[in-house]
Amino acid sequence: MFIINCPYCGERDHAEFSYGGEAHLVRPKQPTELSDDQWAEYLFMRKNIKGIQYERWNHSHGCRRWFNLSRDTSNDKIHSVYKIGEKPSE
Amino acid sequence: MKNKYSIFSLIKNSFSYHENWQRAWRDPEPKSQYDIIIIGGGGHGLATAYYLAKEHNLKNIAVIEKGWIGGGNTGRNTTIIRSNYLWDASAGLYDHALKIWENLSQELNYNIMFSQRGVMNLAHNLHDVRELKRRTHANRLNGIDCEWLNVEQVKKFCPIINCSPEIRYPVMGSTLQRRAGTARHDAVAWGYARGADAMGVDIIQNCEVKGIKRKGDSIEGIDTTKGFIKTKKIGVVAAGHSSVIANMAGLRLPLESKPLQALVSEPIKPIIDTVVMSNAVHAYVSQSDKGELVIGAGTDSYISYTQKGTHEIVEGTLKAIIELYPIFSRLRMLRQWGGVVDICPDASPLITKTSIKGLYFNCGWGTGGFKATPGSGHLFAHTIAKDEPHALNAAFDINRFVSGDLVDEHGAAAVAH
Ligand SMILES: Cc1cc2nc3c(=O)[nH]c(=O)nc-3n(C[C@H](O)[C@H](O)[C@H](O)COP(=O)(O)OP(=O)(O)OC[C@H]3O[C@@H](n4cnc5c(N)ncnc54)[C@H](O)[C@@H]3O)c2cc1C
Ligand SMILES: [Zn+2]
Repeated sequence: MFIINCPYCGERDHAEFSYGGEAHLVRPKQPTELSDDQWAEYLFMRKNIKGIQYERWNHSHGCRRWFNLSRDTSNDKIHSVYKIGEKPSE
Repeated sequence: MKNKYSIFSLIKNSFSYHENWQRAWRDPEPKSQYDIIIIGGGGHGLATAYYLAKEHNLKNIAVIEKGWIGGGNTGRNTTIIRSNYLWDASAGLYDHALKIWENLSQELNYNIMFSQRGVMNLAHNLHDVRELKRRTHANRLNGIDCEWLNVEQVKKFCPIINCSPEIRYPVMGSTLQRRAGTARHDAVAWGYARGADAMGVDIIQNCEVKGIKRKGDSIEGIDTTKGFIKTKKIGVVAAGHSSVIANMAGLRLPLESKPLQALVSEPIKPIIDTVVMSNAVHAYVSQSDKGELVIGAGTDSYISYTQKGTHEIVEGTLKAIIELYPIFSRLRMLRQWGGVVDICPDASPLITKTSIKGLYFNCGWGTGGFKATPGSGHLFAHTIAKDEPHALNAAFDINRFVSGDLVDEHGAAAVAH
């Protein structure tokens, strides 16, 4: 029920996009050295934030490219759009 | 003492135009300290408090609810109750609940309108057929009633289903659990509230928990909109808001909170006397006692706490409903709403201790926890009172995400509700 501003195509209905979950989860650099607890943290534990969340989206029915959003999960308002590899502006 | 509800109390109260019924539960101000605090006054939280008092003889318990009791997912769900899950751990958990449902109205002296009208799970392709037959066998091995119906039997059991082979997703058979059915959601919350209150549990509504005070690895109390309350034991039963409360205590949970929607039609005469679920096309339907069709839709993919989902989800569900039940095509929909459901990666719940002493979580019920309400409360009360899980919820510990011993019901079973 919201419009997403794709950094490549512009404003489109959210139905054109697929959600890719919490952003900026970095895959551990030395996987063999991770304990089971650390694996669980990386794989399963989530902030699941009520408030501003940084998240990944894919314009799957458009340019098919990935990008990031910061969105307030308590009211679905989008605060900023930024490309993969960039830092959020807020 | 609570007055017993009976035919005699009904007659007696009719003489005073039903204006003098006793309050079903008190409306107390919070005390400064409780031995156990339950956060969340949904069915699961109220049932937990009820069994803590009843089975474990514990006193000085409070349930803290930010809105009104039953106003969360308890009062928003499509009330499907069944126990035909694939894995042993789930079968044990959900059938434990189903056995309690069967006598719950009598036990609570409150009509929760439990109706064992049967639940069908439709198969629409060869894979569904194999999966559902496998589940039928698995259920039987676990002592859970489950039958396989071929297409002719489906048509006989629920004649309004379109069994034509011409439709996009033809019906190829169905499972049927006859002991499964529905119950009145609000009544479950109210019945447990009344029962818990009668044993001295304080039910505190309109009181939001804002913070959890820790000292090292133990609990000191909670900050609420009605002030600080001291306690050493907290049971969190906050469904979609579980992560929010976990964050207050500095914990992370393996949960994502997503919108899940449902809708009801205008009331019509009795037309469907069972519950029909279809996972493949995502359409669930039953009929309430008021005559409304109760229709369950799917979850949206993204995290949201707004209690509303997107229109596409509703549209997709209604398309499926119309194809499966052409007779409903001209019905108007009356109301539509959403809840916030907390989903674990393996689609199974958590009834668990945590790394913080005295802090327990009962969550992750996602799209399908109403059916578990009595069993969940019963087992969570045991876990809190004894500080260790009951045999039936040991598999639902948070450490399964560390050990990898998941209870993966997502793909395996028709687990959506
Ligand atoms: C549309 C829909 C359809 C569903 N259909 C089915 C179905 O057919 N069958 C089935 O088995 N399940 C179904 N479910 C799932 C089911 O509703 C839930 O799993 C179950 O009701 C959860 O009960 P609960 O008591 O844990 O949560 P809730 O009833 O949500 O209670 C949690 C309570 O915690 C309170 N709370 C949250 N944060 C705070 C705070 N900070 N302070 C104080 N209180 C707080 C909330 O206000 C809420 O009342 C459905 C859910 C939805 C949304
Ligand atoms: Zn694009």
